[in-house]
Amino acid sequence: MPDSALIAAPPAVRVRGAHVRLGRATVFDDLAFSAEAGRFTGILGPSGVGKTTLLKLIAGLLPADGAFIGDERGNRLSGCIAWMAQKDLLLPWLTVAENVRLGARLRGEPGGRDKARALLAAVGLEGRADDRPDTLSGGQRQRVALARTLMEDRPVVLMDEPFSAVDPLTRIGLQDLAARMLAGRTVVFVTHDPLEALRLGHAVFVLSGAPATARPIPLPADAWPRAADAPGVLAAQAEILRALAS
Amino acid sequence: MSRRLVAVAVLLGLWTLAWAGAGQMEFILPPPWRVAAALWDNRELLAEHGAITLAEILLGLGCGAGLGVLAALSLALWRPAALWLWPLFVATQALPVFAIAPLLVLWLGYGMASKVAMAALIIFFPVASAFYDGLRRTDPDLLDLARTMNAPPLAVLRHLRVPAALPGLASGLKVGAAVAPIGAVVGEWVGSSAGLGFLMLHANARLQVPLMFAALFLLAAMAILLHAAIAAGLRRALPWVHDTLDQPHARD
Repeated sequence: MPDSALIAAPPAVRVRGAHVRLGRATVFDDLAFSAEAGRFTGILGPSGVGKTTLLKLIAGLLPADGAFIGDERGNRLSGCIAWMAQKDLLLPWLTVAENVRLGARLRGEPGGRDKARALLAAVGLEGRADDRPDTLSGGQRQRVALARTLMEDRPVVLMDEPFSAVDPLTRIGLQDLAARMLAGRTVVFVTHDPLEALRLGHAVFVLSGAPATARPIPLPADAWPRAADAPGVLAAQAEILRALAS
Repeated sequence: MSRRLVAVAVLLGLWTLAWAGAGQMEFILPPPWRVAAALWDNRELLAEHGAITLAEILLGLGCGAGLGVLAALSLALWRPAALWLWPLFVATQALPVFAIAPLLVLWLGYGMASKVAMAALIIFFPVASAFYDGLRRTDPDLLDLARTMNAPPLAVLRHLRVPAALPGLASGLKVGAAVAPIGAVVGEWVGSSAGLGFLMLHANARLQVPLMFAALFLLAAMAILLHAAIAAGLRRALPWVHDTLDQPHARD
């Protein structure tokens, strides 16, 4: 169980020598990737290039096959990671608050009910704790998923296209919320939305090619989290779209 | 409700027409009112035998469903069981229950046990198969999430796989409830001294065709009520499962 000292000084994420083959295709051949401690690192790239595969590799959901996956001191990340998937993965048979407490429920840990309610209030869902998830809108469901991620209280948070299923306005609100709630943790997020990467990323990598390589892209100097309509963000977005298309 | 009344009225009308058209032969097809009279006149006899058949069906349903659930869980928990036992279960379904009924009567006697075993046998497979299918189809993304939460496998089964498979189990139970009377009645036909199946065979041999129809009616009513009760119970127990065909926009 990670303690608050770990959250105060979260680890960086390092991937070295990653080799992944899916069927006959070589997804990664000696891939290197790193995300700085306490920062948001975005991964952009076309569909099928291996963004989710990289994230799953970091999460330990795929066999490492000799690759090093750990922090800057050479330690493994197991037990340090909270996962937020593209789907909200809320369980329809549990209440909203019980969904937030899912990790504790699975590990058989008692308590945490007050914390779950506090987190729900923090993501703007006060008073919905005892409702069923099917009474919530798509944006509200993602808020619950965010609260569930925060409930795990892990220093590293991995997000796989977390806000891709909601409308653009809701998405911007969720991005602000995520930036506020997850600030200070090491966050690695995958997105296909250049604007999302530019808004939330302290660093952004474009994953491209087969086997894929990660290439950092220059970011505008606006204050983080960057406003969606900042001139630097808009210019960089056009740049990224050109790069992704070529 | 009015739709059902109309359906019943139409059915009774067709029945009467068939009886009239076939030359009004009561020992081939009695008219509805003769069957109703037979139901009333033999109410004590029917109740006595009906209770026995109902007990066989309910016990069979309980045993068959219980064993089906246990089998599905052990298949999901223990890989060798899935590899070795599942093909065996499927193979038992190739044996028609009619063919093993005499054996069961030979082994378990003329009493209730052989009928309960028959009903259980016929219910076991739909329940085990539907539940096992459900247990195998847990959303892989959900399992990934559980892994990042360091969930032990038994907790994943209890909190994720089993609840996610309950709608599948519900379908299996509904099929089981619908076929359970077949098992009980087949058992009674092969060898028994009580039950609706026994009564029907007996009435048939003595050309008491109205009584036979009355027993048949009672059996069908029991099966329909059992199915409805189970469906209603499941709806109540699984409030998060929506019947999308019942929603107004479902057939757009």
